[in-house]
Amino acid sequence: MSMDLRTITIEPLRQTFGHLARRMGADKPASRYMEGTMDLQPVENYHYRPTWDPSHDIFDPTRTRVTMKDWYALKDPRQFFYGAWTLARGRMQETATADFDLAEEMGLAAGYPADGKAVVNQVLLPLRHVAWGSNINNSYIAAYSYGIAISQATAYACMDQLGIAQFITRLAISLDEIDALAEAKQAWLKAPAWQGLRHYIEDQMVMDDWFELFVAQNFALEGLLFPLIYDKLNDRLNAAHGPVMTLLTRFQREWYAENVKWVDAVLKAAAADNPANKALLGEWIRAARQRSIEVLTPVAELGFGAEGAAVLDEVVQQLDARAAKAGIPL
Amino acid sequence: MDMKVAKKLGLKERYTMMTRDLAWDTTFQPMDKVFPQVGYEGIKIHDWDKWEDPFRLTMDAYWKYQAEKERKLYAILDAFNQNNGHLSVTDARYINVLKLFLGSTPPLELMAARGFSMVARQMVGAGPRVACMMQSVDEYRHFQTQIHSISNYNRFYNGLDEFAHQQSRMWYLSDGKSFFDDAITAGPFEFMVAIGFAFEYVLTNILFVPFISGAAYNGDMAAMTVGFSAQSDEARHMTLGLECIKFMLEQDPDNLPIVQRWIDKWTWRGTRKLASVGMMMDYMLPKRIMSFKEAWEIYFEQNGTALFTDLARYGIKVPKCFEQTIEEKEHITHQSWIGFYMKPDATPFHTWMPQPEELDWLSEKYPNTFDKYYRPVYEYWIEQEKAGNRFNNKTQPMNCQVCVSTIKFNEPGDPMEMCFRETEYKGEKFHFCSDHCKEIFEDEPEKYVQTFISSHAALQGKCEPEGTDVNAHDYRPGARMHAYWRMDKRASGDFNGSEDQKNFAKWRAQATRN
Ligand SMILES: [Fe+2]
Ligand SMILES: [Fe+2]
Ligand SMILES: [Zn+2]
Repeated sequence: MSMDLRTITIEPLRQTFGHLARRMGADKPASRYMEGTMDLQPVENYHYRPTWDPSHDIFDPTRTRVTMKDWYALKDPRQFFYGAWTLARGRMQETATADFDLAEEMGLAAGYPADGKAVVNQVLLPLRHVAWGSNINNSYIAAYSYGIAISQATAYACMDQLGIAQFITRLAISLDEIDALAEAKQAWLKAPAWQGLRHYIEDQMVMDDWFELFVAQNFALEGLLFPLIYDKLNDRLNAAHGPVMTLLTRFQREWYAENVKWVDAVLKAAAADNPANKALLGEWIRAARQRSIEVLTPVAELGFGAEGAAVLDEVVQQLDARAAKAGIPL
Repeated sequence: MDMKVAKKLGLKERYTMMTRDLAWDTTFQPMDKVFPQVGYEGIKIHDWDKWEDPFRLTMDAYWKYQAEKERKLYAILDAFNQNNGHLSVTDARYINVLKLFLGSTPPLELMAARGFSMVARQMVGAGPRVACMMQSVDEYRHFQTQIHSISNYNRFYNGLDEFAHQQSRMWYLSDGKSFFDDAITAGPFEFMVAIGFAFEYVLTNILFVPFISGAAYNGDMAAMTVGFSAQSDEARHMTLGLECIKFMLEQDPDNLPIVQRWIDKWTWRGTRKLASVGMMMDYMLPKRIMSFKEAWEIYFEQNGTALFTDLARYGIKVPKCFEQTIEEKEHITHQSWIGFYMKPDATPFHTWMPQPEELDWLSEKYPNTFDKYYRPVYEYWIEQEKAGNRFNNKTQPMNCQVCVSTIKFNEPGDPMEMCFRETEYKGEKFHFCSDHCKEIFEDEPEKYVQTFISSHAALQGKCEPEGTDVNAHDYRPGARMHAYWRMDKRASGDFNGSEDQKNFAKWRAQATRN
């Protein structure tokens, strides 16, 4: 049914919902991110305690040792509600797919030099399992964290990591190295160079405190791994074999550059809330940073040989700088 | 290149590489510590690899489709809002459907989002994990697009502005809240039966078809577009729910009695929850699509019968409540509307008496019951209203300890008698709306003694607005419910004479004048 309406201007009774007006301190229009995020998780009058965790409420701020005066301070600077997130990813996958198509059509992928393929097979392909680990860990945070600001962003991160695992898989298919995926999985499960990292990721899977897991997985481990692989190793492969790898790993690089803005904003907001948080985050970062360095050292050696330690050190400095910028002394 | 790849990897094989091949069995940490919740409900799974992926969607394709849908959806919403689309709805009574919907549905979509995140974390198999996490973000989508589509109405009409505050406080929203709280506090498999199967598969059409078609029939392009856009997601959700049932039943014969009990329980709980949806169809849509009874016959009786015939090969029987719901379909919407009409001060939406031709429509759609039981009540109230005596019941209702609905439904086989059950547990009496709710309680009393019933909690001083001084000499527990709800006076009472009614009439006249 449609109706012919003249354009008229009506004075609205109010600009936004009550909970948003109170939050903003004024009745003014709110963004779609705010409308779909702020103050929407139930906080009271739960009917039942979880049968799987009777010592907590369904949503319970004490599932982490971090405390917040306002859990929605952990907001996403990208303002990703579902629509904004999926539109951003839609564009990114379109570009990435076009790059894959180009590399495949021009024979650049299948024709990638054997030396280069060997490095990719050894160092890059096992990372699809690392992404899967991150997917599991982010689904934990999405499930048990407090407030929609953090739960939705980690739910999206969880899907992003699945996407990354799939783009790595697709890379192997493009390079015509399907069998290498099985070998890479074996390496992930058995080869000494990967066992430290696998051990760490499995330890993360049983971490109880979701915020500690956020720090370990999203800040420390990824904060070292992504620059190590998608900047440093990529540069090295490009220098030796031309810029094909840049095309085939575009999604991950673009994703990381954007994702750190969110991760850092979350840490910064939590650290700014109170000194106890700041100290706790510092403690968690130091531990996760140390363990990440240990487990990534053999991976860096796989990729960079004798220079592995030095390259890793460069990315560690980037991480330290990020912590400092978030206001967390190490 | 694509051709060559296609030769090497079939679609199914490719999808396997893209999903389950990513997973591994942990060895540094034991699997039962990594996935601690899959055992305690008694469901036995021997081989997660037997899971059949109900759909195969890699993330690139997912993002591509979903982005296309979002682009269209928000373009339509923007245009609708810019052109004062709200003035094209049939009449201002329709907006009360949105008030009921905004309070009851997006908050539950959010619970579905969180619940599916939980199940996605807990399932051992990569197949179900991926499907559940995709559903989790879909549910964020529904939750947000629903809010976004109604947000503009909030600028012009009363009663929508405090839905976030009211979601956990408002008495009539607590049936839905208890439904999802119940599911999310159950284990992962029961959650899948509750939400993935009973809600998404058995009952979702009765929730969405009336809402979407109702929006379309009544000129609400915004809500209609949101609804249609969600349907392709729902198609995936339905296949996931069904696959999960089949998977459990195929894995071990011991799973059958557990799954059957859950199906019985959740079909009943869902049915109770849908009474208010039916009421919307029969009473609140100015232009009706079909009666609730007709919808129930198509979407529950016919489709349900086909579904349960299909599941019979696993030993699954039609839910226990099936017969009772067939009897009740002739009554519950009338009893619900009467229940709401009687409490004009206690809802942030308006109620009203049906107009004469609407009474005739109800007579025609409910030939067995309407004229006999309900028309006389309405005719009496219409008389009373004309005499300046609009009915207003201020007493506290009694609520069912399981489904939390006001005890108002009739005794099976006797429409004149209210159905009422009670049981004693640890020296305390508990009340129920039906045998089914009583049985659910008795299966898990430790869980259901916890139910939050606002009419009881209020008397215990648990429903006080922020800043209440419980030591004040004139403090009486539960005396300030309107403040506790943040209820805008303008939003309550009869539709006739309401600010919404006047404003809509005025604005529509301005917009249609030549
Ligand atoms: Fe949904
Ligand atoms: Fe759904
Ligand atoms: Zn009940």
